[in-house]
Amino acid sequence: MPNNTVEIEDLVFSRGRRMVLDHVSLNIPQGSVVAIMGPSGVGKTTVLHLMSGHLMPDSGGVRLFGQDVTRLSHGAMYELRREVGVLLQNGALFTDLTVFENVATPLREHTQLPEALIRRQVMIKLSSVGLGGTEELMPSELSGGMARRVALARAVVLDPKLMLYDEPMTGLDPIAVSTVRRLIRETNDTLDMTSIIVTHNVSQMLQLVDFCYILVNGKIAGAGRPDQLLESDDPGVRQFMNGTVEGPIPFQYTGPENWSLAN
Amino acid sequence: MNQPSSLLVALTSPVTNAGRCGLFFVRMMRGIRPGGRLLINTLQQGYLVGARSLVIIMICGFFVGMVLALQSINALESFGAEDQTSLLVGKSLFRELGPVLTALLFAGRAGTAVAAEIGLMRATGQIDAMELMAIDPVQRIALPRFLAGLIAMPLLTGMFNALAIMGTVIFAIGVIGLDPGIFWGKLQSGVTFSEDFMQGVWKSVVFGLLVSLVAVFYGYNAKPTGAGVGTATTNTIVVSSVLILIFDFIMTSFFI
Repeated sequence: MPNNTVEIEDLVFSRGRRMVLDHVSLNIPQGSVVAIMGPSGVGKTTVLHLMSGHLMPDSGGVRLFGQDVTRLSHGAMYELRREVGVLLQNGALFTDLTVFENVATPLREHTQLPEALIRRQVMIKLSSVGLGGTEELMPSELSGGMARRVALARAVVLDPKLMLYDEPMTGLDPIAVSTVRRLIRETNDTLDMTSIIVTHNVSQMLQLVDFCYILVNGKIAGAGRPDQLLESDDPGVRQFMNGTVEGPIPFQYTGPENWSLAN
Repeated sequence: MNQPSSLLVALTSPVTNAGRCGLFFVRMMRGIRPGGRLLINTLQQGYLVGARSLVIIMICGFFVGMVLALQSINALESFGAEDQTSLLVGKSLFRELGPVLTALLFAGRAGTAVAAEIGLMRATGQIDAMELMAIDPVQRIALPRFLAGLIAMPLLTGMFNALAIMGTVIFAIGVIGLDPGIFWGKLQSGVTFSEDFMQGVWKSVVFGLLVSLVAVFYGYNAKPTGAGVGTATTNTIVVSSVLILIFDFIMTSFFI
């Protein structure tokens, strides 16, 4: 039986009257790179926020490293989060700090390292995302793609055991996409981490991940290796993987109530 | 059916907000960990909220002093008592106008800036990012700004008073031609340190606490939208101003 870093069991989460996640269960084995994919607005980012304890489910369990995050105290949650790196969708760099200080913040807050070591560690991480020499720039001086790479450097600076990536490739040019893809894989394998990537981009994930979950209409519609999912018989999975218009996944937003132009 | 509940919410929301604000204050104070990091962050914020408010405080103080001199001389002249100008200006300035006007200016200049900055951090996900990095945003963002405001207010009040006295001196002695010896003598003998000066100091400390707490509270709890940041900024200046005047009356009634 594999040692799972994340175990989600029968998870239910609603926003108002809309059920976002409907009895979702999934396991993420230790050391793997796993993608949670699905169309926009399906609740992929919500899954990440539930994993990090930032949101609480209506029911069900979320276990990280064997600990149920829904039952942890505030202090215990913060202790657990030190083992987890998160790359948010918009990067969320601290706008009043330089690039260097942004990446150094987790080190300053959670370690007692001397300044020289902090500088060295920050420079290594910035170089690894191809942004050596940007340390004195402010976030407002960076392009969107550069800001995301700085956020990535900040997320991995403490070498966490689990990395949660929310759309890590969005807004990056093709060269940066390849670099980040390689970086995620190498970091994961070298440091024996576990990586979970939330994305809607199928093509970028096929060459990177070990396993995929496809989330459609609040449920897990498919799970397997990328090559297995491409051959899936499930109409929802096939529609999403192939990007076709016809299929069970609606393009129109379906709210909790029936809506039409007439009303 | 919605009207009574809306009315109830409108009536109870000040009490609810006061309670939430109190809990926020307790949360800030409970997590306080004195150390170099907090000191550095507080000093940085002290520069932003204190030093950067200095110019507006000094300009306003100077002109308030000149206006006070003008009004006082105009009123006292009819009794032939213009020699008492410095006494009237000194007492009204140190006891009331100094701390109250400084606090109102501080709320407009620094309080709104703090609320908007923290609100924008909320809107751009920076506070969420901090929480996900296991960094308590209340300790890292709100507390240094609160402490900086608390420390800056009495210092700014002192600067306001000094510039106001300077404005009074320039107008009363330089323009009107009051005798400098009588001016300074009346000020020195009539304005006491223990009552007049310290009354202003205590008021400025309380006002500093109120304005800073209101600013960090509304900023931290701003809705993560542009409108939410705007509302937080507006609430900061409105609530701060009202609280300053209410607490001014309460404190004055205790002091007298």
